[in-house]
Amino acid sequence: MSQIILEAKAVSKYFHDPITVQVLNDINFTINRGDFVSVIGKSGCGKSTLLYILSTMDTDYEGEILIDGLSMKNKKEADLARVRNEKIGFVFQFHYLLNEFSVLKNVMLPGLKLGKYSEQEIEHRAYEKLKILGIESEALKKPNQVSGGQKQRIAIARALINDPLIIMGDEPTGNLDKKNGEIVFNIFKELAELYNQSLLIVTHDQEFAQNTHRIIEMEDGRIISL
Amino acid sequence: MMNFKLLVSISGSLLVARLKQTIVAGVGVTFSIAMFITLLSFMSGLNDLLDGLIINRTAHIRLYNEIRPSNLQPIDLSETYKSHHNFISSVKPKKERLQIYNNDAIMNFLKSDLRVSGIAPKIITQVFFNIGAIDLTGAINGIDVEAENKLFLFQDYVTDGNYIDLKNTPNSIILGKGLAEKMLANIGDMIQVTTSRGERVKLKVVGFFQSGLQDIDNAQSYASISTTQKLLGESGSYITDIQIKLNDINLAPSLAKEYQNLFDVDAIDIQTANSQFETGSTVRTLISYSVGITLLIVAGFGIYNILNMMIYEKMDSIAILKATGFSGKDVNRIFIGIALTIGILGGALGLLLGLGMSWSIDQIPFNTSALPTIKTYPINYNPRFYMIGVVFSIVTTYFAGYFPARKASKVDPVIIIRGK
Ligand SMILES: Nc1ncnc2c1ncn2[C@@H]1O[C@H](COP(=O)(O)OP(=O)(O)O)[C@@H](O)[C@H]1O
Ligand SMILES: [Mg+2]
Repeated sequence: MSQIILEAKAVSKYFHDPITVQVLNDINFTINRGDFVSVIGKSGCGKSTLLYILSTMDTDYEGEILIDGLSMKNKKEADLARVRNEKIGFVFQFHYLLNEFSVLKNVMLPGLKLGKYSEQEIEHRAYEKLKILGIESEALKKPNQVSGGQKQRIAIARALINDPLIIMGDEPTGNLDKKNGEIVFNIFKELAELYNQSLLIVTHDQEFAQNTHRIIEMEDGRIISL
Repeated sequence: MMNFKLLVSISGSLLVARLKQTIVAGVGVTFSIAMFITLLSFMSGLNDLLDGLIINRTAHIRLYNEIRPSNLQPIDLSETYKSHHNFISSVKPKKERLQIYNNDAIMNFLKSDLRVSGIAPKIITQVFFNIGAIDLTGAINGIDVEAENKLFLFQDYVTDGNYIDLKNTPNSIILGKGLAEKMLANIGDMIQVTTSRGERVKLKVVGFFQSGLQDIDNAQSYASISTTQKLLGESGSYITDIQIKLNDINLAPSLAKEYQNLFDVDAIDIQTANSQFETGSTVRTLISYSVGITLLIVAGFGIYNILNMMIYEKMDSIAILKATGFSGKDVNRIFIGIALTIGILGGALGLLLGLGMSWSIDQIPFNTSALPTIKTYPINYNPRFYMIGVVFSIVTTYFAGYFPARKASKVDPVIIIRGK
């Protein structure tokens, strides 16, 4: 019995600068709870653009996005922020950690924003997440004191802190060497298999994609295979 | 509540990460608030001092009779020439008009008026002071010595001799310092004056006074009321002025009108009599405010700069905060929080520094023979200036933070993340 958590209905997107070009063309697909999906396609085919729309950060599109059964059309900026906070975890190519805060506090920030648990509780949960990723020993360091691979793992812990409906990644291993890339991939796989975490990961790494449950392949703004 | 605490902690961390620039921006606020407070305290102290020079020695309302022609000339009463232009004015002003009639009754009435804090009768008369063959024009103020002292601190200005001798010694006079120097008169000397009726009278010098205003010190003198009445050959009921002090100086203009109608005399209030003086005070206050506000605006630009720089540097952080669920409003509050922290801390230090600077000025000796009661530069420690300082620092920093914060809240995370 699978439950749909993310649905794209006839999503199209145009850029108007310098000339109007269509970068996404009638995108339709669904993701079920527990799915580990990869999105592949040539550079420039619209993978990142699609991910930004699915993540609610880009609101300038045609068609409809449903997250947890709710349409994201016509929602206010603050409401969309709330959706991102509560239901979506992000991992980008770059880690985007705040150097002013400790590793632990970086992981805690989205949890503190959500305010569902007390601060101690959130700290405890942050430690748990760091433990899953095998970097709890770095908790009290500053992000600029840890390695690149560890930074990306911290970013994953941050994405997990609010137990999101789905984790979205835009080439999360793109900046990592082979070894660290494998570590991150194995973490995703473990999250999917052990914790039933839904994942949608954009990648151009064929090997990476082959190991996911499902591959969405894109070309020139269209899905060519699901 | 938790959200607020979180935003504050993020503001704080960003501040600490840029501590040097933050301190520079804060010092700008501190300096401008301190200057603002010091300037206002000092200028206001000066105003008070100069007010003291005039207002403490001036009646709030003065009742007197002006020499002026009758409003009705005989020709105006003629039916025949009613519609004509009449220029014959044969009825001239009478000398006796200077006296305030019924002054006993007026003074008793005033004493029972609750709005009045005190009154002092006076006779002003022009005389010539004789120095050998030369006559100097001047005036004698006939005063009720005790009432004058109570209302106008007369004894403060009597720099040599004892003011009360004026009452106790018959036919005595206290001369303005400048006048005494011209006359080569010492205490105990007899001087000679010629009254407006042409009589020559000898008076004994019992003291000198110094008001701080040259024009007065060079031409004026004081004698008791009875001495002056004798000098003029008038009865004991003759006085020309009634000086009134009020509990509330602001009532002076309206009360002056009221008394003018009630007693059928002329009445002038202090605001009308010294309007040019008010202007001086206003200009000084205005200068202090403009300098203070200018400094604050400069400090505001300092804050604006550091915030803009911070936002430019922290684009990534803003983008990820937004991507992970902070709304534009949250980001806005974070940066407004930074601005206000700089403003409030800088402002609070500014208040302390301002107080310190004012206090230092207050210690600098300032001796002038014109103002015997003043020993150091005057400072007015009015808490109002400090309140205004607090409000100004918060308002300017808020506005300095407003535009950068708005810019930060509008950052589009997609553009930043794509750019990487
Ligand atoms: N802001 C923009 N304005 C105009 N064209 C853009 C903009 N951003 C991306 N594009 C274009 O949109 C297409 C899809 O980009 P993107 O989604 O980043 O591709 P991918 O992530 O698959 O490499 C590309 O051809 C790119 O040049
Ligand atoms: Mg891309």
